[in-house]
Amino acid sequence: MKKKYLHIHRLRRVYVWELPVRFYHWLNAASIIALIITGFYIANPLALVSHQEAAFRYTTGWVRFIHFAAAYIFFFNFLFRIYWGFVGNKYAGWKQFIPTSKRFFREMWQVFKIDILMLKGKEYMSVGHNAMAGLIYFFTFIAFGIQCLTGFGLYSVTSRWWLPRLFAWVPSVLGGESMTRQIHHWTMWFFILFVVIHVYLVFYHDYIEGRGEMSSMGGGWKFIEEEAFIKDHNDEL
Amino acid sequence: MQQPTYYEEVLRKGYSRRDFLKFATMMAAFMGLEGTAIGQVAKALETRRRLPVIWLHFQECTCCSESFIRSSHPIVADILLDQISLDYTETLMAASGFQAEAAMRDTIKRYNGEYILCVEGSVPMEADGVYCMIGGKTAMQVLEEAAEGAKAIIAWGSCACSGCVQAAKPNPTSATPIHKLVKGKPIIKVPGCPPIGEVMAGVIVHLVTFDRIPELDNLGRPKAFYSKRVHDTCYRRPFYDAGLYVESFDDENAKKGYCLYKMGCKGPVTYNACGVTKWNGGTSFPIQSGHGCIGCSEENYWDNGRLYERASSFAGFGIESTADKIGAIALGATTAALLGHAVMTNVRKHKMIYDLEEEGRADEQQLNAEP
Ligand code: HEM
Ligand code: SF4
Repeated sequence: MKKKYLHIHRLRRVYVWELPVRFYHWLNAASIIALIITGFYIANPLALVSHQEAAFRYTTGWVRFIHFAAAYIFFFNFLFRIYWGFVGNKYAGWKQFIPTSKRFFREMWQVFKIDILMLKGKEYMSVGHNAMAGLIYFFTFIAFGIQCLTGFGLYSVTSRWWLPRLFAWVPSVLGGESMTRQIHHWTMWFFILFVVIHVYLVFYHDYIEGRGEMSSMGGGWKFIEEEAFIKDHNDEL
Repeated sequence: MQQPTYYEEVLRKGYSRRDFLKFATMMAAFMGLEGTAIGQVAKALETRRRLPVIWLHFQECTCCSESFIRSSHPIVADILLDQISLDYTETLMAASGFQAEAAMRDTIKRYNGEYILCVEGSVPMEADGVYCMIGGKTAMQVLEEAAEGAKAIIAWGSCACSGCVQAAKPNPTSATPIHKLVKGKPIIKVPGCPPIGEVMAGVIVHLVTFDRIPELDNLGRPKAFYSKRVHDTCYRRPFYDAGLYVESFDDENAKKGYCLYKMGCKGPVTYNACGVTKWNGGTSFPIQSGHGCIGCSEENYWDNGRLYERASSFAGFGIESTADKIGAIALGATTAALLGHAVMTNVRKHKMIYDLEEEGRADEQQLNAEP
């Protein structure tokens, strides 16, 4: 092994993701996975064979029940997250997601060069979300919105409760329930692609940064080099 | 000339009072009214003078008229249509040519603000409307003239409500539904290809009985007939909930009468009364005959994917590609891109990763060093 000077970092524990954010994250993940699996089933139910009378079975009924139960969890969880974007810490705040400053775009450009094009240059490491990720999450929130609008729009006719009834106008605006279902179905693919890329990037950041990205959604901590506290203290997003 | 009441017409046609009351009862039931309303319906038909009606035909196949004259009670065709259409309807009136045109002008003038305008068919707007001309006038001109003094407009069938097949892509004649052409008049949409005869009769009887338009939903359809999906009133629904589906039209499941969802049944996205009222005097409806619903009363049903498949093709990506196929391709491409990125990370960021590992190893050794 070649002998070289090794810089041993001193790391400091930073509480990045507060408990409500972590709770939201995993509840969201679980409900989306449930919604995708049940959604696929609703779109194209399995060819089950049974010698039972229909009266003793409720397979599609249960699958739809899980879809709607998960949908309610997903919806209220989403509302909660929007609320937390205004009262949570800096890393949870809405400014992380919506570009409001020049710096946001500068950082996005940097992430694009360093992490996507893999150009050499000053490595950029943000503590919370980087700007690129923030903007993608913003798109994700829009997809959440589309899914809630179309989903509750479809659901409204089967419900008497005022909350889903609030969405009864959606199918008529989108040109019928057929179209609404199609949009609902297409948007699902955004979620699937998002999940794949998201999980990959978590591995990636953990691997190249060594700050505990993977476990941060568990305990809430990231381990940040001491230098960051001195140098970038006022420069950080 | 004083218009006769509906009851007078019924008697004149040789029906008994008993027939008349049966008819009133049936109509009340179709409209979803409670028992006490039967008297109200009968009373209204006894005392109200018949509504003057103009019934126009544009781009259509006359299946709405056909459906109407075949609704289950003969009085519907005999009295409602025969009499109401007397004023003007191209297909059924006795008069023709100038005589007919004169009859229509006459009704428009004499019953200004009182008559009901029924429109069957869409209006072609392309090429100045030459695709549908009647008596030397374009459909649009005829419509404008007749709509002017109408009390209310009934748009019969999917043609008049959303354009139906002639408005399917690429809609060469620019077939346009009525509500996009006439503003400022109450329009009742009665979609379907055709609508159920009893539903059509129900709308007219409602107008006569209550002297106002029935309660409409946000798309302008009468709630009494269009507030439920076919799926919610379908007798095969228990099979849907149980997860038992017909997989192909001649399989064992089809014989057992399982749900037609996977055969492309559009019942879950279609608002109509087929499951309740049925067709041809309550004989059957498509699903009862083993065929999925094609969603004929929904907007753009010709363009909303194929009739015998659930998955609909992705607009703009060719006929064969469904959302799931495109999604799967995108997923494959994404995975490949991520793999490439992972490889590139290890190449381009080699030093960074190497340093991190070294640092970690050094720490590990220091921690485990013998004291
Ligand atoms: C991540 C979020 C979601 C995903 C991935 C998802 C996925 C799906 C999919 C793929 C379908 C089948 C569509 C088809 O091809 O016909 C579906 C149906 C449906 N979804 Fe969702 N969905 C989500 C959220 C929601 C929400 C928030 C609601 C709100 C209640 C909802 C309500 C419905 C309803 C009512 C149906 C139609 C089910 C039926 O009529 O049997 N979904 N969903
Ligand atoms: S046959 Fe069609 S309308 Fe009837 S339950 Fe099945 S999907 Fe619904």
